[in-house]
Amino acid sequence: MKNKLIVSLAPHLHNPNNTTAKMMFNVVIALMPALIVSSMIYGWRVLFVSLFSVACCLLFEWFIKKYMLGGKPTLCDGSAVVTGLLLAFNLPLNIPLWMVAVGALVAIGVAKMTFGGLGKNPFNPALVGRVFLLVAFPVAMTTFPEVTGAVAGGTTDALSGATPLAMMKMAAKGDVPMTEVLSRLEMQSLFMGIKSGSMGEISAIALLLGFAWLLYKRVIKWHIPVVVLGTMFVIGGVAHLLAPESFIQPLYHILTGGAILGAVYMATDYVTSPMTVKGSVIYAIGIGAITMAIRMKGAYPEGMSFAILIMNSFVPLIDKYILPKRFGAVKEAKK
Amino acid sequence: MLKTFPIGGIHPPGNKLSADKAIERFALPETVVIPLSQHIGAPAVACVAKGDKVLAGQLIAKADGFVSSNIHSSVSGTVKAVDTYVNAQGLRRPAITITVEGDEWVEGVDLSDELIEECNLEPKEIIAKVAEAGIVGMGGATFPAHVKLSVPPGCKAECLIINGVECEPFLTADHRLMLEKGAEMLIGARIIAKALGVNKTYVGVENNKPDAIAHLKKLAAKYNGEVEIVPLKVQYPQGGEKQLIAAVTGRQVPSKGLPIAVGAVVQNAGTAFAVYEAVQKNKPLVERVITVTGKALSEPKNLLVRIGTPMQSLLEYCGIDSVEGTLKIVGGGPMMGRSMCNPEESMMKGSSGLLVLTEPETKRGEEAECIRCGKCVEACPMGLEPYLMGRVSKIKNFEMAEQHYIYDCIECGCCTYSCPAYLPLLDWLKLGKAEVMKIMRARTSK
Repeated sequence: MKNKLIVSLAPHLHNPNNTTAKMMFNVVIALMPALIVSSMIYGWRVLFVSLFSVACCLLFEWFIKKYMLGGKPTLCDGSAVVTGLLLAFNLPLNIPLWMVAVGALVAIGVAKMTFGGLGKNPFNPALVGRVFLLVAFPVAMTTFPEVTGAVAGGTTDALSGATPLAMMKMAAKGDVPMTEVLSRLEMQSLFMGIKSGSMGEISAIALLLGFAWLLYKRVIKWHIPVVVLGTMFVIGGVAHLLAPESFIQPLYHILTGGAILGAVYMATDYVTSPMTVKGSVIYAIGIGAITMAIRMKGAYPEGMSFAILIMNSFVPLIDKYILPKRFGAVKEAKK
Repeated sequence: MLKTFPIGGIHPPGNKLSADKAIERFALPETVVIPLSQHIGAPAVACVAKGDKVLAGQLIAKADGFVSSNIHSSVSGTVKAVDTYVNAQGLRRPAITITVEGDEWVEGVDLSDELIEECNLEPKEIIAKVAEAGIVGMGGATFPAHVKLSVPPGCKAECLIINGVECEPFLTADHRLMLEKGAEMLIGARIIAKALGVNKTYVGVENNKPDAIAHLKKLAAKYNGEVEIVPLKVQYPQGGEKQLIAAVTGRQVPSKGLPIAVGAVVQNAGTAFAVYEAVQKNKPLVERVITVTGKALSEPKNLLVRIGTPMQSLLEYCGIDSVEGTLKIVGGGPMMGRSMCNPEESMMKGSSGLLVLTEPETKRGEEAECIRCGKCVEACPMGLEPYLMGRVSKIKNFEMAEQHYIYDCIECGCCTYSCPAYLPLLDWLKLGKAEVMKIMRARTSK
């Protein structure tokens, strides 16, 4: 036998479906339906802003890795692409491109690379970028194009359409009667995506299609998205039962704003979510509860981003105390 | 719903290439090199000298103490040397080399195929015969069988579980044995049950071997429910002792505890067959079935091979000479087997498989950063946190590794298999576990 031999420790096989790049690629695939629907409704600028955001993220990551951090290049792991796409999805359509670039710089530079890159960031980079923009440029970040009528590409000229969430907020404050809000919100169009909002969050069905893909590919587990949305539904439902004139039916909460986008794609970010199923459930309940608290009582109409970031900060604590269920665990005798 | 173990587990592709290949008897080699340490415990002590004539089945090395095992000659011939050989890992180990001159057996060994059902021996006599025949756990752990059959005082065995799971990908030796020697294996299992004083015997078989399950069920029908064939959901590492007990009985062996703590004793299907041959036929353990396999090999096979045969000759028989390029040769299965740097290694009592993997099949990807995906936590059948213990073991924080129960690790490799960042988690865990065990032993001996 003349062959050279490799010698290493077991196991000698690896799951070919589990590689960082493949999992990130599957997230990108899962975001495609939302991108397509959004482009159909809002027009080509959606694609352009998304590509610009991805390009900025890749550029900043490459630059920081090459000239500041050192080490092997990490562009191929695909995480910067996902961050760029998610950042774009969280922005309104008519945002100036330089703001997108600033958001990308904060997301990649501050939220991710400062901590050492992928795997070490405590907060979801795309959300840090978004929240920075929201606080720094509140007007640009909350001016949404009005979407009217049937699916069409040419309806984006009119500016400053109130988002469904803003209308719901007005109802909660008592500025607008609930009947008027309800007459302007149509459940079916919310589901399909004919509503005002950030680029990526407008179509619930497209986002859920991506969710199904992620589950099928076993990239994420169902627990976090389902528990986040379930918690929102329960809290919204109780509030609605107690005060129907102020609080809308809970299904509207799930179908509006960034609820599905956040629950499926942002809260499930591996790096910033707990390791165990039990921990994930606690984390998800927290996100749902904080989101609803902000939506119903806070100053902002939407609270998803803040809720996720707040719960991100609890992840180390959750991972320390919520351990996986051990095989054959015995109660330790007290010493 | 089929039974399985409660926590973690993975589904690597089965790749049972040789499942339809009947067991072939492999030809006698020219010389055999019989290592003196083929089991867990003290190496056996040679009781023959250079120049001695030996017969097949003759005792050539005696067990050194209780946790050790007798070793018999697998051929008849002349002892050429009693010294050392270089094993698969490139280490020198004591061994007896015998020049093969024929196949003459010692007196009293029954080599016929006749099935002997009745066994009238007392439990103590059975255990003595098992010890005399040098039987060890043949699933790969090679723990001396007579030790496991001697239930420690204060414990009571309630059931015997025969491990016919064979959850390692590629391996089919136990599968073929259950199909071709099922009746003998079940009699062996009954004898073990008698030695333990238990009435109930379970045979756990994964559902990817429906033919073996059907065959054994037919054979077990005559035992009036005392032997139950349990089909199990396919899931690695179900052949792990603790996982199998949990899958079959629903009981979890406590951390740091032995299977007997939940009343279970597990023996491999191959061990049960060896017990049959030893007790009913007076034949010591001098040969076993091994799967020689790999996608690169032209002829994957199941071979019945004498102990001490060089593995190189098995590989050549299965067509390794036509395989080009860099290879990995694994003794055992792909998940827990050990890669070899010397294919001249001898066939041993615990050799269940010989697997040839090509470089693309087995190459490890480049190590990247942990992305905290939790796949290792999800996969771990012991409910541990491989990502954390890998990291703390790497920086030699063994105190923290112990706090996180590293000693519970069964080294199944599910974590490394699942890691998207190609982290060698199990490499670090093995290091950490060895150190922690050392520290714990030092503490108790104080």
